[in-house]
Amino acid sequence: METQVRAEDRIAQAIEKTKDPALARELLREVRRLAEKFLEAHGRPAAFMEVCGSHTHALAEFGIKYALRDVLKLLSGPGCPVCVTDQQEIDAMIALADGEDRIITTFGDMLRVPGSRGSLMKVKAEGRADVRVVYSPSDAVEIAQRHPDKQVIFLGVGFETTIPVLAAAVYEAESLGLENFSMWMSGKLVEPIVRYLLDTGETHIDAFILPGHVATILGRKGFLWLAEEYGVNGVISGFEMNEILSSLYILLDLVLKGKAEIVNNYPYVVREEGNPGAWKLAEKYFMPVDMAWREIDVIPKSGMGFRPEYAHFDAKKRFPVTVGKPKPTACRCGEVIRGLIEPEECPLFGKACTPAHPIGPCMVSSEGACAAHYKYLRQ
Amino acid sequence: MPGKILERDEYTAIVDVMGSRLKIGILLTPDVEVGDWVLVHAGKALQVIDEQFALESIEAWKLINELREQGVIDPTDR
Ligand code: SF4
Repeated sequence: METQVRAEDRIAQAIEKTKDPALARELLREVRRLAEKFLEAHGRPAAFMEVCGSHTHALAEFGIKYALRDVLKLLSGPGCPVCVTDQQEIDAMIALADGEDRIITTFGDMLRVPGSRGSLMKVKAEGRADVRVVYSPSDAVEIAQRHPDKQVIFLGVGFETTIPVLAAAVYEAESLGLENFSMWMSGKLVEPIVRYLLDTGETHIDAFILPGHVATILGRKGFLWLAEEYGVNGVISGFEMNEILSSLYILLDLVLKGKAEIVNNYPYVVREEGNPGAWKLAEKYFMPVDMAWREIDVIPKSGMGFRPEYAHFDAKKRFPVTVGKPKPTACRCGEVIRGLIEPEECPLFGKACTPAHPIGPCMVSSEGACAAHYKYLRQ
Repeated sequence: MPGKILERDEYTAIVDVMGSRLKIGILLTPDVEVGDWVLVHAGKALQVIDEQFALESIEAWKLINELREQGVIDPTDR
């Protein structure tokens, strides 16, 4: 008897198609055709920037960036949350770990990020601090429940995708009445940094591959300002090979036609309005604050920090640490995240700086451009 | 990561993510039901995946069919 394929399994099959190699070959050929058309018409390749570390990783891993290198400029933007974090703030987070009374909890990528004096991994290895990697900030809340005698601090680094997840953890800690849980909040917002890049004009960008996961929260609506105020195209993209290739196709089609639109090419996940409930929860605890970005000055209201009413969850208030100005290093992550240079243009790339011995965060994080280039694009 | 909801209670759910069972939070998607697909990030469901769109409008698929219909792509040319 023929069994009916259940709807949810058909979704699984549909998602499978996003990885289909035959389709990928056809799409790649079409993308190249349009990219060549642009090159011919404008005498230069179109320049697209991705502002999501997962896209940076995928473009390198699937070989798309390499396959199109002669006809299309794909720039990595400020999309890796660890990579855009100011060095002084990283130093503060590492200094925060010192102290018998506390447990520092964090996502894995933060552990190896080099500060001016070692990394969290180093202070952990030296037995100077109790540092634990968690999969979810809610796991940190559980740790706080199990260790009422310790202060448990979560290092909250991330964009709009992660900020509601951080808020959910604060909600859980609040519901449980925990007094020993707090968060070092370093949330970053995509819009102010993209505006900064466009306003300074230091990098020429024809269009943006917009972050699918951030758009899950903000919706297509959350990016309309890009087309309306700047006349710049954007496509909200998923992360599989064919999703990215079709997004490039859509962008090339738009720039060739000279249109300014925001296209949702991830419609099974991203809604017009996003997930307003999730963002509402984020706004219950957090509000926009001025934030320093790595090797960029403070950008007004470009981050999210605790509202004053929730200062008891704010590790920045509860455990103030002072660190000096970091020593300048030869690391050029600041230029990499602004699309000014390719990782290979950093003199340390692949020599002094490798994933085993990273000098900067762009080589540490799995979402960093230097790590992606080292793994997939090294000649 | 897309995952399928297998069980749920008030604030948490068990999801199947590529064959492994994970416990996730559903505070950000309070209306999920068993059988729904969700996008999972850092231990929380961020959004319910829209069944109709997933079935009909994985854009890559739609696009390639359009290109075939327009004769831009020759399906025999592999
Ligand atoms: S290669 Fe290393 S040192 Fe150079 S920019 Fe990248 S992370 Fe920094």
